[in-house]
Amino acid sequence: MPIQVLMPALSPTMEKGNLSKWLKKEGEAIKSGDVIAEIETDKATMEVEATDEGTLGKILIPEGTADVAVNTPIATILSDGESADDLGKAPAAPKAAAVAPDVAQEVAESRSPVGEGKPMISAPAAPGAPKAAAEPDPEVPEGTEMVTMTIREALRDAMAEEMRRDPDVFVMGEEVAEYQGAYKVTQGLLQEFGAKRVIDTPITEHGFAGIGVGAAMAGLKPIVEFMTFNFAMQAMDQIINSAAKTLYMSGGQMGASIVFRGPNGAAARVGAQHSQDYSAWYSQVPGLKVIAPYSAADYKGLLKAAIRDPNPVIFLENEMLYGHSGEVPKLDDYVIPIGKARIVRSGAHVTIVSWSNGMTYALKAADELAKEGIEAEVIDLRTLRPMDTDTIVASVKKTGRAVTVEEGWQQNGVGAEIATRIMEHAFDYLDAPVGRVSGKDVPMPYAANLEKLALPSVAEVVAAAKAVCYR
Amino acid sequence: MAAAKKSVTKETGQEKGQDKASGAGSPPDFTREQELRALRDMLLIRRFEEKAGQLYGMGAIGGFCHLYIGQEAIVVGMQMALKQGDQVITGYRDHGHMLACGMEANGVMAELTGRQGGYSKGKGGSMHMFSKEKNFFGGHGIVGAQVSLGTGLAFANRYRGNDFVSLAYFGDGASNQGQVYESFNMAELWKLPVIYIIENNRYAMGTSVTRASAQTDFSKRGISFNIPGEQIDGMDVRAVKAAGDRAVAWCRAGKGPFILEMQTYRYRGHSMSDPAKYRTREEVDKVRHDQDPIEQVRNRLLAAKVSEQELKAIDAEVREIVNASADFAQRDPEPDASELYTDIYR
Repeated sequence: MPIQVLMPALSPTMEKGNLSKWLKKEGEAIKSGDVIAEIETDKATMEVEATDEGTLGKILIPEGTADVAVNTPIATILSDGESADDLGKAPAAPKAAAVAPDVAQEVAESRSPVGEGKPMISAPAAPGAPKAAAEPDPEVPEGTEMVTMTIREALRDAMAEEMRRDPDVFVMGEEVAEYQGAYKVTQGLLQEFGAKRVIDTPITEHGFAGIGVGAAMAGLKPIVEFMTFNFAMQAMDQIINSAAKTLYMSGGQMGASIVFRGPNGAAARVGAQHSQDYSAWYSQVPGLKVIAPYSAADYKGLLKAAIRDPNPVIFLENEMLYGHSGEVPKLDDYVIPIGKARIVRSGAHVTIVSWSNGMTYALKAADELAKEGIEAEVIDLRTLRPMDTDTIVASVKKTGRAVTVEEGWQQNGVGAEIATRIMEHAFDYLDAPVGRVSGKDVPMPYAANLEKLALPSVAEVVAAAKAVCYR
Repeated sequence: MAAAKKSVTKETGQEKGQDKASGAGSPPDFTREQELRALRDMLLIRRFEEKAGQLYGMGAIGGFCHLYIGQEAIVVGMQMALKQGDQVITGYRDHGHMLACGMEANGVMAELTGRQGGYSKGKGGSMHMFSKEKNFFGGHGIVGAQVSLGTGLAFANRYRGNDFVSLAYFGDGASNQGQVYESFNMAELWKLPVIYIIENNRYAMGTSVTRASAQTDFSKRGISFNIPGEQIDGMDVRAVKAAGDRAVAWCRAGKGPFILEMQTYRYRGHSMSDPAKYRTREEVDKVRHDQDPIEQVRNRLLAAKVSEQELKAIDAEVREIVNASADFAQRDPEPDASELYTDIYR
């Protein structure tokens, strides 16, 4: 019976990909291990290896097909003795093809967890979100055309626009140029701006972070990409001691206009050393600004603001969100002010404060709560330092209850800081202690079930919101 | 002992053919003007540091205070090889570098005492001072950090296509930090115009080089990156200047980084609180007696029939600057309390 070859997944979270090339023709003999096709996502290209022997019977998905869902049959392999006539027969249990990363990929992949995220529930599109987009950013004029783009594209456009605008802006980091970005965030920048301004570094975070800060002290405006913020631990000294403190230590004479950006927090199934959320770490440091957006528009507008800012800015992205799309205003200069939270959904009963991927849980929880008659007001903090305390406090004064949602650890976390500020500024308005939903107090486990347990969940946010509402 | 050697220069870069920087056997003589300038600039640093030591003892200077006494020929000789626009960055033993760059003694001393007239308005202290005007980029308290930062300054020069050179000073101790080699690699890879000046004063705090370094010839530290290096008698300001000229020419010609190991000696402790149990009094005295960088110049000037009177006039001028700076640094008010919250963001 013919064997079906299925569209393989490049990562546990990949949902679809492009079938870019067939390397074998129909009727050609295939041995186990032969590379039969190439598939790609927006992040990586992979070779599909045959796991069975026989003859390539029929190609079901022609090359050049985009968005092929994982597990779609892409070809059939005929075993010895079978002929094309057998193709009509019902297939045996389908087998997924193995994926063989090529060598160049392997280097980056071992350092860059690949994973496509879940579909983003952006506020306006959220099903059953009656009061979505309560407060659009005031800087977008009415009637502005909205363009749907992925967060990855929004980031790239922000960098490209700022590089066109200011010749002192350049990008440096591992695989940002010729490889087109480990997560393809810098795709196309090398082609437009050349090797002088899009610079591949060796794997040497401490060193290139220091070189970036030195260049910034001399007046350039570097964008330093960390393949993930986990690796920025190696560069922590230069970020804190050199970038954040120099303006103060020099009595205002010199500082560093520099952006450190890259994916932060948990991706999927990459274990403890690749899954840490550094929101609390960086946002403790005076001299740094810390941004962690959720929506595509905010990613673009805030990255442009970060590049223009004369201070060192930590720009925390989230890998799970890179592939997600959102609407971005089509404006020549869409810059969102740093330090302003956004009320994504208004409600009267409980305030939920989150940022970055935490918003995914917060918004879904708000939908659930609405079904039970609890109207949650959801605040996307967007900037962690300086923190928009006013927006939080005003909301809590209205609702009398608050829950924070973060992927990071609870002790000394951003949620702890938010709770303290609420206590300091709205104590008399609180009808219940502030609830915190956070990552669990453990290194990130690898096993799928444990990883899920270690992260916040919609159910936990719902439970916390109900608890502060005494429901 | 390293510093007891005659001027030694050697090639340590791998085969570079005609591009090799050529070392010199004995340094070329200075002109009378150069000798006088070197004497004056080294004396200013020496007297300044002696005064700082006194003020520390009186409690007017707090925290850490790392004196440069004994090492003056290095910054003075290197400065003579630079042109306006070249940049300097160093670690925490930085007072000499600042004075050599032309920063005012008043501003440096007032920073040591934590006063508003200090270069950082009193908010930086001994280890953290900067001057945008004089292209002095600090003053860094984390051992080795200035090496990456100085490489970044060179990166900016290369990016802008100018021919300025950056000088990154660090010690034998910092030479063992990982980021130094990360920087070496990128500097040679991208041909950045940076001179790495390793001030080998033979002790990283209290640990002698032989106890801390597997390779004590620091000029060889760039070999695996193809960066040429020379070992220089850092007690002879003429040798320093000549080496500086060679390294600067190499960098300005776009050939990439250069390493200069300056063999030197600090007479004082690592910081003011150093009990100096790791070396003998005799060792210190011998270097002072045999190799003092200032005495070398003074003796040459006397041999060249410069009058005692002229030399005394230089002494007097320097003492006046230093005394005035000490007065200023003690009279100047502390920063206003409102300064606590300024200069965090701009």
